[in-house]
Amino acid sequence: MEWQAIWLSLRLSFWTTVILLAIGLPAAYWLTYSLRKWKFLVEAVIALPLVLPPTVLGFYILMAIGPRSPAGKLYATLTGGMLPFSFQGLLVASVLYSLPFAVQPFAAGFAAVDRRLIEASWCLGVSRAATFFRVIVPLSAPAIVTGMILAFAHTLGEFGVVLMVGGNLPGITRTVSIAIFDDVQALNYQAALNTSLLLLGISFCVLAATYGLRRRVWAVWPMN
Amino acid sequence: MRTALLAAALLATACAPRPASLRIAAAADLRFALDDVVQTYTRAHPEVRVEPVYGSSGLFYAQLQNRAPFDLFLSADVEYPHKLAQQGLILPGSQFNYAVGRIVLWTRQASGIDVEHLGIDALRQPAVHHIAIANPAHAPYGRAADAALHSLGVYDAVKDKIVMGENISQAFQLAESGAADVGIVALSLAMAPGVATQGRYWEVPASAYPRLEQGGAIPKWSRDAAAAQRFRAFLLAPEGRAILKRYGFSGE
Repeated sequence: MEWQAIWLSLRLSFWTTVILLAIGLPAAYWLTYSLRKWKFLVEAVIALPLVLPPTVLGFYILMAIGPRSPAGKLYATLTGGMLPFSFQGLLVASVLYSLPFAVQPFAAGFAAVDRRLIEASWCLGVSRAATFFRVIVPLSAPAIVTGMILAFAHTLGEFGVVLMVGGNLPGITRTVSIAIFDDVQALNYQAALNTSLLLLGISFCVLAATYGLRRRVWAVWPMN
Repeated sequence: MRTALLAAALLATACAPRPASLRIAAAADLRFALDDVVQTYTRAHPEVRVEPVYGSSGLFYAQLQNRAPFDLFLSADVEYPHKLAQQGLILPGSQFNYAVGRIVLWTRQASGIDVEHLGIDALRQPAVHHIAIANPAHAPYGRAADAALHSLGVYDAVKDKIVMGENISQAFQLAESGAADVGIVALSLAMAPGVATQGRYWEVPASAYPRLEQGGAIPKWSRDAAAAQRFRAFLLAPEGRAILKRYGFSGE
């Protein structure tokens, strides 16, 4: 069993989810409440990883963060390290790759919150930030949990982007799906089978937990 | 609180420095042979952790141009190490040749295709629907297979049957699993213990494709160039060569 790869994938998914929570909530807030006419363009950009082939995304990321790019040079002078073929590079790629899986459920959740409740909060003198955390977030909690779970699960299974950016380094960028690919090429079918089965189990448990959680906690409160 | 602790633990493991190891970017034809070399080497040098990563030589070449953190590069040709040398990306004088590869027509015992007697004409058999080769764009063994098909005059007859693996061990996996009826693969893979009994093969005459001289080099940024040099020395010494020979590589 590829424990090293499994642990690496779990770490990668965890940090991707944390970062997506931090940048996805403000992004979704802006997408939901902004009145800008060109908002749809931003929506399209955020949704791009849904339709873009992962290899294309991975290739662009590799070019963008490689040692010859401005971003790569800046990163090298700041940290002395390199983004491609490193855990941090994979993290950057995963955040971009899983962005729509977090932002879209977040935004859908925010949009479903009764506008009158938000305005009532503002009229009572509660600041926008406080309204966000005390009214919007609690009311869209199921959507936020869904977004986090989707981002986590999507990162766990990513393959094409990792292959382009990561380089299959044991313990650093050899994620579970790469390890399975490698085991198959090594004709090590039993190991590939075991790891695949574990991944299937984790995926099922994560999704079952989400749906189960949603039913039990929120079914008693009509959302609208 | 518990979440914060978990987060801190995850962060710590993400940033903790790892004990140095010798990371080798190795051409996929070495998959079984090099594992064997590494096993023998680490028995004599238990303090070193050798981590081979297998893939197509062209892929590693592209990654090394982007300073991929490998300590030693074992290519399936001499071109890629040479090009890296020209770009000043390897330690001066660290280029070396370690083996000459050979290609075979390989099929599963169960396929019933008599490659030993039919030779290259086995590919014309109606039972052959798919022929697995490595992608010639970035795999030297794919280029050798492609050249052999042309020089033996069967390319036009079989070109629609060709399927490509990303590298030679994937091409072999396609043939080994039966997804492709025949594979034109490295002899070193066909001779691997465990699969040797499952298949039969016909060696493509060496005159049919350009000599598969295999070379390597040590990247400039190798974290432990001395360790890389020691491993290279072992590979080139009689003991290392003997292992490579067991997998069908010829020495000089």
